[in-house]
Amino acid sequence: MHDLQTVVDLSRLQFAATALYHFLFVPLTLGLSFLLAAMETVYVTTGRQIFKDMAIFWGKLFAINFALGVATGLTMEFEFGTNWSQYSRFVGDVFGAPLAVEGLMAFFLESTFVGLMLFGWDRMSRGKHLLVTYMVALGSNLSALWILIANGFMQAPHGASFDPVTMRMQLTSFTDLIFNHDAQAKFVHTSIAGYVTAAIFVAGISGWYMLRNRHMELAKRSFRMAVLFGVFASIGVISLGDALGFIDGSAQPAKLVAMEGLWKTEKPPAPFNVIAFPSESEQRNLFALQIPKLLTPLVTHTMDTVIPGADEVERRAKARMENGIPAALALKTLSQHPDDKDAMAQFKAHEKDLGYALLLKRYAPDLTKATPADYDKAARDTIPNVPVIFWSFRIMVLAGFAMLIYLGVGAYCSLNNKAHERRWLLKIAPWFIPVPFIACEVGWLVAELGRQPWTVYGVLPTWMSASTHSVAYMVFSLVGFVLIYSAFIVVEIYLMLKFIRKGPDDHGPAAEQNVGGPALAGTTH
Amino acid sequence: MELYAILKIVWWLLLGVLLVGLAVMVGMDMGVGAALRYFGRTDSERRAVLNMIGPHWDGNQVWFILGGGAVFAAWPTIYATAFSGLYVVMLLLLWSMIIRPLGFEYRSKLPSRTWRNVWDWGLFISGALPMVIFGAAMGNMLKGVPFHFTWDMTSYYTGSFIYLFNPFSILCGLTALALALYQGSTMVMNRGEGAVWERARNLATWSGLTALVLFTIGGFWVARISGYQITAGDIPGGPAMPLHKTVEMVQGAWLHNFSAHPVLWLVPALTYVAILIGIWALRRGLSHFAWWLGALGWIGTIGTVGAAMFPFMMPSSSNPSQSLTVWDASSSQTTLIWMLGWTIVFVPIVITYTSWAFWVMRGKVTPAHVENDDHAY
Repeated sequence: MHDLQTVVDLSRLQFAATALYHFLFVPLTLGLSFLLAAMETVYVTTGRQIFKDMAIFWGKLFAINFALGVATGLTMEFEFGTNWSQYSRFVGDVFGAPLAVEGLMAFFLESTFVGLMLFGWDRMSRGKHLLVTYMVALGSNLSALWILIANGFMQAPHGASFDPVTMRMQLTSFTDLIFNHDAQAKFVHTSIAGYVTAAIFVAGISGWYMLRNRHMELAKRSFRMAVLFGVFASIGVISLGDALGFIDGSAQPAKLVAMEGLWKTEKPPAPFNVIAFPSESEQRNLFALQIPKLLTPLVTHTMDTVIPGADEVERRAKARMENGIPAALALKTLSQHPDDKDAMAQFKAHEKDLGYALLLKRYAPDLTKATPADYDKAARDTIPNVPVIFWSFRIMVLAGFAMLIYLGVGAYCSLNNKAHERRWLLKIAPWFIPVPFIACEVGWLVAELGRQPWTVYGVLPTWMSASTHSVAYMVFSLVGFVLIYSAFIVVEIYLMLKFIRKGPDDHGPAAEQNVGGPALAGTTH
Repeated sequence: MELYAILKIVWWLLLGVLLVGLAVMVGMDMGVGAALRYFGRTDSERRAVLNMIGPHWDGNQVWFILGGGAVFAAWPTIYATAFSGLYVVMLLLLWSMIIRPLGFEYRSKLPSRTWRNVWDWGLFISGALPMVIFGAAMGNMLKGVPFHFTWDMTSYYTGSFIYLFNPFSILCGLTALALALYQGSTMVMNRGEGAVWERARNLATWSGLTALVLFTIGGFWVARISGYQITAGDIPGGPAMPLHKTVEMVQGAWLHNFSAHPVLWLVPALTYVAILIGIWALRRGLSHFAWWLGALGWIGTIGTVGAAMFPFMMPSSSNPSQSLTVWDASSSQTTLIWMLGWTIVFVPIVITYTSWAFWVMRGKVTPAHVENDDHAY
């Protein structure tokens, strides 16, 4: 069906566009909330006004960013239902739960306290306000935890099974759903990536001020806090990224195939493709610069584990499709006769490969008549887009190490109290601001494009997850989002730049005098 | 009664609680946004009004987000069918709603008059339109929506989107808007002074009366449209599968629950009593009391819809037997139990800190206040 494919493709495009857009604002919120809390902690413990000025100034930029994070987050909650209603019905019993808990436990906390954080400076004691700021940071990070638990289910479905009577996945164990290794590793990797983003954002703007000799005291302190926070965070991102690669490598061999450009299964230890030009049409790398024997220890942490290439992944997928067909056929019988014992037994025997049969169904609507050509096409589908994922992955890793080096140098200079004199460092600082954002976006691509052709890995194929809309509806909504989101980003960047140029409100010489001296708790109001 | 059936009823009641929370808290902010240009004639008056709900709109909005999340988790078939079936309407709701955070946050960041006027109108749209759509969605649930399922539960919506804006649903939408204006106006009275307070009192009076008139017309209208009735199948404790029952459309069926249990008439009566006493109270300046009565008015209104429809949740007008009900559209027992646990633990905590937030920010907000406050919107 031609129309169906167009609708699915447009739904995917819309989801990717709106999720990537939303993900421009989320990492900064995750990290900046903790940096604000750190600045305010210093203010409350030492009583030095400059740290309150810092918290207020960066808090303003936080608020501009936060508004768009909230607005675009609403879209995501709608989109599962509007554009992916088959998916929502199929897994809502499992996937909806963490989303609801996110609202209840995290988003309420973050949103209620963010109002008090921004408006309540003069309404409560310092200690209480500090507590409020920590609640905002805790709320936003808990929010990420629950979202990634939901996402973890899509990547590696645990804690649920398919129920042939209700025709959907149902929760079997909430604890299995929460303690999903993929979700755990990804939560830490993603939230710490947010800390790196905030660190580089604050360091970049502070560097820009120092270069112009503006707001020196505030900029120096902000820069130091940011780079120190950032160094530790970027070490965390890289090590958790390695852990995530290790988990995904075993749970989703097809993603690993795409990340590393592995068309053929090699004898271990396999070589590592540093640079390659993978060709989808020829199913091989047109060019590859390799380091021998490196890949196997890198992703399996052993020397002798076989890493399946595309050929092996496709071969296994075909076997599972064939085995899943009886389960898919039994479903139709069970839909009319839920008490049919034979059909139920047939379903149970082949249940674990049902998803693969559904994958084949795209090419063979009548599964009893599936041809070898149908199997070939469906098996080819199990390998996600190799060139895009291969390069996205490399950009992410490169960006990660570049940021670590930059933050490390920044921290070294700052601790020696030399950062404000190193003009080359201050000059590159603002140019580094886009880097973490790019890394976050390509990271999303690796994780989610690499999950294709599944919405729930091995369980529900993407082609049968979208709503049954007309192409016209999908074009209408896509055009609407492009118009609204383009207007939003222009306004946001304009305001952000305006407030960065304006800078913090200086309190005049009196306030600056205390700075750098010993803690003078009595001088604050 | 079986545990699973009890859980379904509990979650149906909790859905009601969430809808009331959404209507009261988000409705209040939307009422303020929709009438911002009426409450405040000068820019500083408008800023004062915005700052009355400034610290709270974000937290309040979570009632809406949680409502969506809870429907997803506890009523996934309804979430999927309603959000995709009402596609264009849902997008209009979403697009108008996402203007709001920016309207609050960005409006007063620049001094330009044009800039502020544009955001004022943005706040008008993002206040009025979502409330009309919210009410119209309820109206469409009462009328039934043209959708059906295939054997594997793939859902198809077969109506046009214009159909969703039928006169009855528009009436329900305007009722919701009137109640939201009442709630917003009493909030502005709570925290405003002088001319702003006077205007808020006028709007609260008129919107309260309008809501009652529209609610009354709606009541007579409901008696004349076709309601739905289960004639076979649909076991309360049975699996969540909506394809194995028979449903008939009967004119006036939405009054059957009331005639079977006359005590239910107290629910619509609550709306009248609450709003009438509310208007009396606010004319005497007791705006806090009037605000709480507005919340009771919402309980009566949403409760009336629920009492009329039970056990129906989303009837299908094109294939009534595939209507979604409390018995066949919920999550599994495991999910309902877990979600109930999370709700019992966290809702009291949320209510506690929300109350604390309102307490901290209590008191009047005046134009002079806003001019001197660096953090104000």
